[in-house]
Amino acid sequence: MTEPPDLVVVGAGPAGMAAAATALAGGLRVALLDSGTALGGQYWRHPPEHARAALPTDDLHHGLDRYRALCEALAAHRTAGRLDLRLGHHAWSAVREGDGFAVHAVDRREAPRESAVVLRAPRLLVATGAYDRQLPFPGWDLPGVLTAGGMQALLKGGGVAAGSRVVLGGTGPFLLPVAAGLAARGVEVVAVCEAASPRAWLRHPGPLLRNPGKWAEGAGYAATLVRHRVPVSPRTAIVAAEGGERVTSVRIASLAADGSPRPGTERRVEVDAVGVGWGFAPQLDLLAPLGCSVTDSADGNAVVAVDGGQRTTVPGLYTAGETCGVGGAALAVNEGRLAAASVLADSRATLVPATKPLAALRSAVARQRAFARAMALAHPIPPAWSSWLTDETVVCRCEEVTAGSIRAACADGAHDHRQIKQLTRAGMGWCQGRMCGPAVHCLTARRRAYEPAERLVATPVTLGALADLDEGPPASAASADSSETDKECP
Amino acid sequence: MSEIVVDGEPLPFVEGQTVAAALVATGRVAWRTTRVGHRPRGVFCGIGVCFDCLVTVDGARGQRACLVPARPGMTVTTGEGDDD
Ligand SMILES: Cc1cc2nc3c(=O)[nH]c(=O)nc-3n(C[C@H](O)[C@H](O)[C@H](O)COP(=O)(O)OP(=O)(O)OC[C@H]3O[C@@H](n4cnc5c(N)ncnc54)[C@H](O)[C@@H]3O)c2cc1C
Ligand code: FES
Repeated sequence: MTEPPDLVVVGAGPAGMAAAATALAGGLRVALLDSGTALGGQYWRHPPEHARAALPTDDLHHGLDRYRALCEALAAHRTAGRLDLRLGHHAWSAVREGDGFAVHAVDRREAPRESAVVLRAPRLLVATGAYDRQLPFPGWDLPGVLTAGGMQALLKGGGVAAGSRVVLGGTGPFLLPVAAGLAARGVEVVAVCEAASPRAWLRHPGPLLRNPGKWAEGAGYAATLVRHRVPVSPRTAIVAAEGGERVTSVRIASLAADGSPRPGTERRVEVDAVGVGWGFAPQLDLLAPLGCSVTDSADGNAVVAVDGGQRTTVPGLYTAGETCGVGGAALAVNEGRLAAASVLADSRATLVPATKPLAALRSAVARQRAFARAMALAHPIPPAWSSWLTDETVVCRCEEVTAGSIRAACADGAHDHRQIKQLTRAGMGWCQGRMCGPAVHCLTARRRAYEPAERLVATPVTLGALADLDEGPPASAASADSSETDKECP
Repeated sequence: MSEIVVDGEPLPFVEGQTVAAALVATGRVAWRTTRVGHRPRGVFCGIGVCFDCLVTVDGARGQRACLVPARPGMTVTTGEGDDD
């Protein structure tokens, strides 16, 4: 593509793919970048295109027709020179520049070598998704304990199961596809520990009835789990993992209504891998520094505030998918389309979608958002989860800060995760609080929504990559250090 | 099947897998130790967020094994602490 794009889309998951396809269909030129090696994001995570024959993972997917249709549409626009597709490109910063935006990325297609790239456009759409939300428990840093999404990513992206005897735990319907995927590949899934009670759903029958597609999807997973004899236990949790060089067993307990383990119910189960996830935390790294407003979602996360057309409070900046709250791939696709329709309208494109489909899209998004909200309310973080932490439990994996140190800092008056960071170093390491942030927040200020600390760089960038920027680094890059020298980057 | 070289030993992988997937496929879930407690660590989040899976790739330190696509002949050194 020689002419500059009208729109840059960051993230090629369901939301970003749908957004790019809609904007292209409306006549815009689009640059679409993703740090991954294939289109699809987390839901449609695939091995790179050239490797799919050697690594078949299609059987683990749902909704592949839609994925293929989006891939084909994007490929056609790419051939026509209207789509600049940049896989293997990690955006580390997005800044306002004049009337538009500049997205700074590192090209990692030849990793570990990397080079710097800047993409500019008058409009920016960020669809960076989410990552697994974690709650610590004794032994959660033993090798073999993975995030549930991490297990799924290894399976869908690399065809690899993390273990042969696995327990899954946490909360939310996402545990089911992970269990089904593992079981389909011959893994013995000994238990799925769901902290919530299925009865919680009965308090929100409306959204459930209005989203029959979700029923069907759930029923599909349930059938797979029954076929493979995978037991799903409500109101239970993995309260500890045990082992030496790797996990060898977990302790599972029934939970009281507040989420505390019921005395006398604990049992030990032998495993060689564990997958845990407590919903997801939206990936707001590129959005927060641009100054867009956030709002509280029902699951305790701060999410980006958008209008009925996915516009953020920053003019020219749009967002779609899990950045607006966790709600699954179908919602992400619809929000992506809606966001692109707004981009088209705002850029006075000639082929703005007709009003009727737009109205249908809006009502689908509203219906699916209501479902997502009901889901969040039905699968809360158990209020008393911290009762299964011992003082020795590592909370911050990077800096190895224990629950005891965090409790001591709270006793000394720290009242949010930023103060805890200053007092204990929790959240100061490599991951910059992405893993421990939500938990530290719950331990200190659980009444408020979790708003991640602002991170000026979304991925470590080497000074070498910055040095080859043709025009010198932007203002924030002075502190965007090398990953080798200083990991306490901003 | 192609091979990468991990700590001097050949390790087979399927084209398209990341370094982490290649390691996990052979049953390894830990390949470095932490700086403070010398705890074993390997892959945790699988998507580049947690930095637990750090390795040195072709001499470049601090690489996330879960993000780096394995390529034939690539050399991987494990066991680094996270402070160096
Ligand atoms: C590890 C993981 C596995 C999941 N697996 C499933 C599953 O199997 N089934 C299911 O129903 N739901 C799954 N989910 C939930 C999933 O997030 C959503 O249902 C769905 O994929 C959301 O679509 P999205 O487009 O909003 O985001 P995503 O699909 O997350 O897409 C976001 C994309 O943005 C890219 N990105 C993020 N930041 C940057 C950056 N700075 N620069 C460049 N690119 C960037 C990512 O690489 C990703 O491809 C998973 C979530 C996670 C975290
Ligand atoms: S496993 Fe988390 S960064 Fe690689």
